[in-house]
Amino acid sequence: MTVQSKELRVRRIKNGTVIDHITAGQALTVLRILGITGQSDEVVSVVMNVSDRKKDIVKIEDRELDPEEVDTIALISPDATINIIRDYKVAEKHEVILPQHIEGVVRCMNPNCITNTDEPALAGFEISRGKGVELRCVYCGKVITDQIADFLI
Amino acid sequence: MMRHVISIKDFSRDTIDGILDRAAELESIASGGSSNILSGRILATLFYEPSTRTRLSFDSAMKRLGGNVIDFGSIEVSSIAKGENLADTISVLSGYADAIVLRHPREGAARMASEFSSVPVINAGDGAGQHPTQTLLDLYTIRKESKLNGVKIALVGDLKYGRTVHSLAHALSMYNSEMYLVSPEQLKMPDSIKDDLTKSGTKIIETTNIDDAIGVVDVLYLTRIQKERFPDPAEYQMVAGSYKVTKDTLKEVKDDLIIMHPLPRVNEIDSDVDSTRHAVYFRQSFYGVPVRMAILSMVMA
Ligand SMILES: [Zn+2]
Repeated sequence: MTVQSKELRVRRIKNGTVIDHITAGQALTVLRILGITGQSDEVVSVVMNVSDRKKDIVKIEDRELDPEEVDTIALISPDATINIIRDYKVAEKHEVILPQHIEGVVRCMNPNCITNTDEPALAGFEISRGKGVELRCVYCGKVITDQIADFLI
Repeated sequence: MMRHVISIKDFSRDTIDGILDRAAELESIASGGSSNILSGRILATLFYEPSTRTRLSFDSAMKRLGGNVIDFGSIEVSSIAKGENLADTISVLSGYADAIVLRHPREGAARMASEFSSVPVINAGDGAGQHPTQTLLDLYTIRKESKLNGVKIALVGDLKYGRTVHSLAHALSMYNSEMYLVSPEQLKMPDSIKDDLTKSGTKIIETTNIDDAIGVVDVLYLTRIQKERFPDPAEYQMVAGSYKVTKDTLKEVKDDLIIMHPLPRVNEIDSDVDSTRHAVYFRQSFYGVPVRMAILSMVMA
């Protein structure tokens, strides 16, 4: 039995989603991206710094996340995997796919960018993967790299 | 067909060459001629910050083509002052004109404007962002007065904040150029731009000493170094002084070296250089007219 399935068993959930292999320390940011604030009804467990600080895990009960909503997670945790759990078993498993373009998720880090005004310009970015994940603002061209979490809307 | 002119990065080398060819055809009209190529057409200029030269250069270009110009700045200053947003202003203005020239202090303003405009938008500068017609007139000058493909050029001065040199460097990377990046330590070209240049196969040589470049290049492109960039005025004086070009500096340069400057100059070039065969900066400024004529005629064709 692999390490991963052992860990999934630690606190097994009956139905829902387990996000595994989150970059260590990023679990709370993942929850923010998913809009899970604690005000909603889901039962959520967060395990941080598992396996000697190598990863975080998030488990959300009774909610199956759809692939498109989870792909934004790739911005801060490109190696995360999504496990859909039905009746205690992994029914589906996929890796997050870095989107090529995002809108309305991150704001531009350039304070003088037109998207950081009252103008109707929604912050949009072209995404590429160089050394890390790079977001290039489609309006001003500014590139955000390692501080993406700081600019989440 | 071109629609908007927002960033030089939107253009392929073919498109740029096409604009420069068209500018060459129109140059004789630009210098004292007239035509009816755009007669009956209306260009609107919308400047949220003053740049009289750029505005007048567009004005002149449009009039040489037989078209009319309305200046939104002077007829409708009130609505801007009342706080109408740019998107609304553009939506209204595109009902009055066949193309809009926009200058705005925010980066990305022209891109957004193009999304709200029913007519072509030409970016005449968006904050520290893009100013594509400046880049095109620089390319035109190099092509006309020197050689564009394979040019050896020194970009001198503030390479950190200078949008003009950033855009020019990007454009020249499509022309097999070799670049000397000459700047004080604290005003070096940003790494992201150097990476892009290197990836494109451009050979770059970085130095703080203008003497390393001046004897070997075809083009010396000088830019202003602003006082505000230096906390210590004495340091500014020293640095700015070390990049000043005088007749003396030019003793051991190539015969056909050309010296360019986006103007206005402060004290980067001594006035005794003006009468040398190397000085092309005033012609460079004139070339803005045929280049803008080319762009106007192409977007309103
Ligand atoms: Zn931006």
